[in-house]
Amino acid sequence: MLETITYSLLNGLLYGMLLFMLSSGLTLIFGMMGVLNFAHASFYMLGAYFAYTLGMYTGFWVALFLAPILVGALGAMTERWGLRHVHQHGHVPELLFTFGLAYVIEELVRLFYGTLPMNYRMPEGLDFTLFTVFGTSYPAFRAFILVVAVVMFVGLYLLLKKTRAGLIIQGSLSRPDIVAALGHNVPQVFMWVFAFGTALAALGGVVGGIHFVTEPGMAFMMGPIVFVVVVLGGLGSIPGALIASMIIGILQTFTLSVDFSIAHVGAWFGYAVPPDHLFATLWYLDSTRIAPVLPFLILVLTLIFRPRGIMGKREA
Amino acid sequence: MSQGNALTLSGLKKNFGRAEIIRGVDLDVRDGERHVIIGPNGAGKSTLFNLISGRMEVSAGEIKLFGKPIHNTPPHKVNRMGLSRSFQVTNLFQNMTTMQNLRCALLWGMGHKYAFWKLVNKQQEVTERAEQLMEQLNLTHRRDVPAGLLTYAEQRALEIGTTIGSGARVLLLDEPTAGMSRSESDEVVELIRQVTKDCTLVMVEHDLGVVFNLADRISVLVYGEIIATDAPENIRSNKAVQEAYLGTEVH
Amino acid sequence: MSTVQQETLAGSKSAGNIWVKRAWPWLACLVIALLAPTVLSSGHDIHMLSSMAIMMVFALAYNMLLGNTGLLSFGHAVYFGFGAYIAMHALRWSNNAVLDGTGYGVPIELIPLVGGLAGLFFGIIFGSFSTKKAGVVFAMISLGVVGLVEASSLAFTGFFGGEAGLFGDREDVNSLLGIEYGRSLTVYYLMVFWLFVCALLMFLLRKTPLGWMANAVRDNPERAQFVGYNTTTVRFMQFSLSAFFAGVAGGMFVLVEEIVTDEAIGFLLSGEVLLAAYIGGIGFFFGPIVGAALVVYLESNLSSISDAWLLYFGILFITVVMFAPMGIVGIIYQQWFNFRSGGWKGTIPARLYCTVTALIGLLGFICIVEMAYHYLRSWNPSAPMTLFVTTVDTTTALPWLVSVAILLVGLGLMLFHARPMLRRAVEAAGGNK
Repeated sequence: MLETITYSLLNGLLYGMLLFMLSSGLTLIFGMMGVLNFAHASFYMLGAYFAYTLGMYTGFWVALFLAPILVGALGAMTERWGLRHVHQHGHVPELLFTFGLAYVIEELVRLFYGTLPMNYRMPEGLDFTLFTVFGTSYPAFRAFILVVAVVMFVGLYLLLKKTRAGLIIQGSLSRPDIVAALGHNVPQVFMWVFAFGTALAALGGVVGGIHFVTEPGMAFMMGPIVFVVVVLGGLGSIPGALIASMIIGILQTFTLSVDFSIAHVGAWFGYAVPPDHLFATLWYLDSTRIAPVLPFLILVLTLIFRPRGIMGKREA
Repeated sequence: MSQGNALTLSGLKKNFGRAEIIRGVDLDVRDGERHVIIGPNGAGKSTLFNLISGRMEVSAGEIKLFGKPIHNTPPHKVNRMGLSRSFQVTNLFQNMTTMQNLRCALLWGMGHKYAFWKLVNKQQEVTERAEQLMEQLNLTHRRDVPAGLLTYAEQRALEIGTTIGSGARVLLLDEPTAGMSRSESDEVVELIRQVTKDCTLVMVEHDLGVVFNLADRISVLVYGEIIATDAPENIRSNKAVQEAYLGTEVH
Repeated sequence: MSTVQQETLAGSKSAGNIWVKRAWPWLACLVIALLAPTVLSSGHDIHMLSSMAIMMVFALAYNMLLGNTGLLSFGHAVYFGFGAYIAMHALRWSNNAVLDGTGYGVPIELIPLVGGLAGLFFGIIFGSFSTKKAGVVFAMISLGVVGLVEASSLAFTGFFGGEAGLFGDREDVNSLLGIEYGRSLTVYYLMVFWLFVCALLMFLLRKTPLGWMANAVRDNPERAQFVGYNTTTVRFMQFSLSAFFAGVAGGMFVLVEEIVTDEAIGFLLSGEVLLAAYIGGIGFFFGPIVGAALVVYLESNLSSISDAWLLYFGILFITVVMFAPMGIVGIIYQQWFNFRSGGWKGTIPARLYCTVTALIGLLGFICIVEMAYHYLRSWNPSAPMTLFVTTVDTTTALPWLVSVAILLVGLGLMLFHARPMLRRAVEAAGGNK
């Protein structure tokens, strides 16, 4: 039991950190621009694919930096020639624009790379066992992902708290209108924030593509979950995104790895529902089957009962 | 609470954070009177209207409409209890025509509610009432023009029409003549006089000419408190009012 | 709102005349729908036509939310899906009743109604909490609900049939009219019947007090409150009714496909109906109908190599969002209105020129995309590829150069020559755009 718990905790932490890499950029973009970027996970996917392609020529380490920069540039172009154009029509067209963009990006990835998973592997330098717990080895690459995420969080924190650009961004997280009043070039700030946010997602993709699998469905796998994280954490709050990422990551991993159902609770009290009972399906429902349902349940409940999430200042 | 009161405010307070905007207002509006609230900018007139109409929640105190409490009641319920309001900034269904705006205002009061089994156009009495209203508002020739394309004065008139459309017995009009020329404003005052014959009227107004012309009684609101409520001629001679508000304007 | 009501003014004129004037688009559509199978007569085509009818009902139902009430939903397939699953259970139950000889079951003609009631039921349940707020919160809750339901569909295999889905048989059911629905053409006519019933009802709904107030709540929720309406109730009722029609579409789907899988209830279909309604034009009643026909047509005719239709559709969607938010029907209506009011006078050559250059650019774009799919995705890129009237080898440079040239020439002429020309012509004709 302790073995499962330790191992799930480690994996949950890892998954949570990956979620954080995606959600920090998304929450930043929303807090600043009010745009719920549906294509955010698509930029995560592009990060993975770009790093794979680049890695064949430059090696992993260069790609680790180059791919997010390239994706960030794409993000800047998306904002400059796409979002900015629909911005004047309001938030719903913006949402629809990014929604359409997610379709197009996925289809372009299918066109250029095909539907099969890529052979995107970790660099040999990181392909070793870091330590062993309860007879199961913990690969060094997972630790590396954690390091990347922590470095990113610290970097983001310093950027927001200690630099002038960070102050502008922070200010506009709570009062976007004031930033314009203070004479900043808001469209340009938007472009940089969008580029930066998508680059963060791409960084998540560079390591996440290796940890999970690099295939055209990966954006769609992550997209909704990232929304859950951002809403739960509170739209626009980076610390909230971190906490929510951890909650969702650990919860997901636990429900997947622990074999549990209400029937177990019943068994402790010596009670069981007959298999042909109306509620038998629910009663014997395995926690691994509930796992995919949980994030969405959390999303709906958060929006109904606490629309500003854990740390958010404004309501969704 | 006496029988003759349409609207009773007692101990009404509203604060935003630490800023107290309404600081204990007591006011009785008699049934059938035309009651005008005046006061300098920032005195809390619009806030007072927002509290009465249910747009904002009160911090303390009570509001009663014909003896029934209406504070902290959602706007649609306040409206159904017989109180209707207009807005300082024109607040219409911009894409709908004059006729459609009036019909929308009439639907609930004429008992059509959320019906999805009958057609609006087949409701003869709604159409007739709307046409009658349009006649009163002098908007018949603008029947099929979207509200957003009407002139400012026409929009203000339609705003008043929409407000009285629900058949409310108490009307709150928030600066109905704001931003109008003298002649336009005279027309609106005449219109208000006509269409509010059988109702109780509470109005916020800046134009003192309009105020003294129209009001049965006047209340003066200064910094969130009512310093005087009286008939126009008494208000004119009230020392406290002159000091606090009128001093520079009435000679 | 294009529902300017002329009725009371026109009431004194001959009533018959008005009736014809209003009914002719409906009658024209009915004639087209009834005659379509004589032209598109292959099995594949008739299946496509039936799918169009289903998608039209679904897109119209969706537009009751997006267009009429201003509610952007990312999960309307939930009600389509529940409609489909419950209708499928009804069909299977009826199958058993007929095969056992134990009962009559639900007659096949009414299966879509079963779907509709199921949609209504779940619409009431989910709508009760998701319509409290509009805007982004509503959109996010709809996303959560569809995720919840799609994930649950794999957990509760008893009801949803797991990954394999559920099967039924439309031939072993009783019919009210005593008709055998074995042939897909017969089913198509049943679909047309339900399409017209639903479309007419949804059209009339827009003209009821509820429909009016839905528009009012969309445009100015605050004013709607101050004329006595509870905005949440208006949204909730529109939502539930929309879920009913989405459920009817689900029930129709069951009769055509005879199988339901989790695809009928998930994200993908929810997105598809959003795209269809928006591209067609959410501000017009006929918009979603056109959009639905287009999406089904592209889907069933462009998906031979890959999901190329999704690429075209995604790009088309983005183009519409960016440049023509009124949608296809909106553009047509605008031009028609322009033409009627004489706005085309003296500008027809410029307009034609503009259209032709745009089409040339589009041709070049399609060539490039089609060749890209052939080059990158087919087993043998050097195999000759049929492209419109010619055959090309995509491993050589020539066809690529030609395609890019066509694209650039068309687009360049349109943007830098034809459009300025049209603008000048319009100004010269009196500034009537």
